[in-house]
Amino acid sequence: MTTQTEPGPPRPAPSGGGGPVLRVAGLTCAIGGAVIVSDVSFDVAPGEFIAVIGPNGAGKTSLFNLLSGLMPATGGTVTLAGHDVTTASPATRARRGLGRTFQSSSVFAGLSVAENVRLAAQARLGGSLRFWQRVRPDDEAQQVATRSLERVGLAARSRDLAGSLSHGDKRKLELAILLATDPAVVLLDEPMAGVSIEDVAGLTEVIGAVHREEGKTVLMVEHHMDVLLGLADRVAVMHHGSLLALDTPARVTADPAVQEAYLGDAL
Amino acid sequence: MSTIVLLTVTGLGLAALYFLVASGLSLIFGLMGVLNFAHGAFLTVGAYGTWWAAGHLPGAGSTGWSFVLAVVFGVAVGTAVAALVELALIRPLYERHIEQVLVTVGLSLAMVALVRAIWGADARPFPRPEWAQRTTSLLGANVPNDRFLLIGTAVVVLVAVLVLLRSTRIGLVIRAGVENRTMVTALGIDVRKAFTLVFAVGGAFAALAGSLGGVYLGSISPGQGTSLLIFAFIVVVIGGMSSITGTAVAAVLVGLVQQYANYYAASGVGDLSVVLLLAVVLLTRPSGLSAKVA
Repeated sequence: MTTQTEPGPPRPAPSGGGGPVLRVAGLTCAIGGAVIVSDVSFDVAPGEFIAVIGPNGAGKTSLFNLLSGLMPATGGTVTLAGHDVTTASPATRARRGLGRTFQSSSVFAGLSVAENVRLAAQARLGGSLRFWQRVRPDDEAQQVATRSLERVGLAARSRDLAGSLSHGDKRKLELAILLATDPAVVLLDEPMAGVSIEDVAGLTEVIGAVHREEGKTVLMVEHHMDVLLGLADRVAVMHHGSLLALDTPARVTADPAVQEAYLGDAL
Repeated sequence: MSTIVLLTVTGLGLAALYFLVASGLSLIFGLMGVLNFAHGAFLTVGAYGTWWAAGHLPGAGSTGWSFVLAVVFGVAVGTAVAALVELALIRPLYERHIEQVLVTVGLSLAMVALVRAIWGADARPFPRPEWAQRTTSLLGANVPNDRFLLIGTAVVVLVAVLVLLRSTRIGLVIRAGVENRTMVTALGIDVRKAFTLVFAVGGAFAALAGSLGGVYLGSISPGQGTSLLIFAFIVVVIGGMSSITGTAVAAVLVGLVQQYANYYAASGVGDLSVVLLLAVVLLTRPSGLSAKVA
């Protein structure tokens, strides 16, 4: 059973005009006899920030895997900017404007910070597989990489190995990588996981700035409720693979069904 | 002194041969996670392709540039076969490692049987350029020139691969792909094209090793690729599975240990010494000599 409600008046979704940038309809994934994600449907408006919450095992990361194509859907459709990408490869979805980070820190530890971001810029600009084309310090991909690193405050560490960064800086680097691909829709899977308390505020500020100032559409899985409630236009609650609720933070936190399923006394 | 020089240069020549085979294996395993047991087949194809071209291809032969043309033909055939194998047999089996092993082992056996059926099981004399049959005096030792040919070629290949990996766009993709293929794909890069390219390049190096191995050994036989592949796998494991520089260092170690042990202990002890070296490295550095790709 999927519950879907309209965005509430207190936090209206920024309107980008036209249709939703992401439309999920009846999305389902069953592996063997187990249903991982069940009949999930929702629309995301351009520039909207949706927080995805739910207890462990609720299907949040599986939903992201289905959206990004890392897991095949067994039912339903995913439409990205008007294109049906339900059966498209992860690479195709990325080229169509869907970027994501992973639950565990996923930078290329053996590459420099700049190379990590440059790779993403190359992916967007094309020509990554031209073996005759040299990496030049002044080409467009490098300029994009430099801008992205400046955006997240890592420009001074560009020559360092990514593996030598602190966990919080690795999360910032993941954001820089995402920015370099210039995605229309950003999926952030627990970006605060493992980040120290001191780094949470800085990372939250960077994510908020990316959303507000660059107009990115963001879906973010996170357990830090205080972070989410300050950023999200709407909150989606996953429970047992289904979408239990999708509404403004105020309404979701007041929903008895949600409180019973997940939030409990925390709110 | 002359014995030491001769043993060292011969060991380095053997190391060069191992490196040419192992570098492709290392790149393929690192990027694709494929243990390619059919890699020896590419070596055999390259060796027989060169041998056939020297005898039948217009303009090709066993001297000077005509021999170079024969080698180019052998390498081209080896490269084409490797690319076809990747597209037809490996690509449908990505992430299915057991099936990949079965297919590549089967292909290796089938290729040897095919070559044996066409050209027979006996070793064939390999066309050797006159220059390679002569010797050069080095610190009192008369060193066969084919050793220098092997060493020079391996150094050129090593430098070319390092430049490719460190200074080109696709090199960045390959180094990133070795670390995390899923992430590279998530960025929107079609990593399958990089897989095919790396497989073809690995096949080219193996085919080149087949051609130069024929010059070094003086003959070719259907099972040559398989026997060299065993040592190439040892080199890859010692080097660190997906490290080109580690593979180069490991190849030198294996080549020298094998030569010195065969000479100073007894013929055959060299092979045993290589296995012991493998055991020592795995016990002291389980991940091999180097974890860095390039």
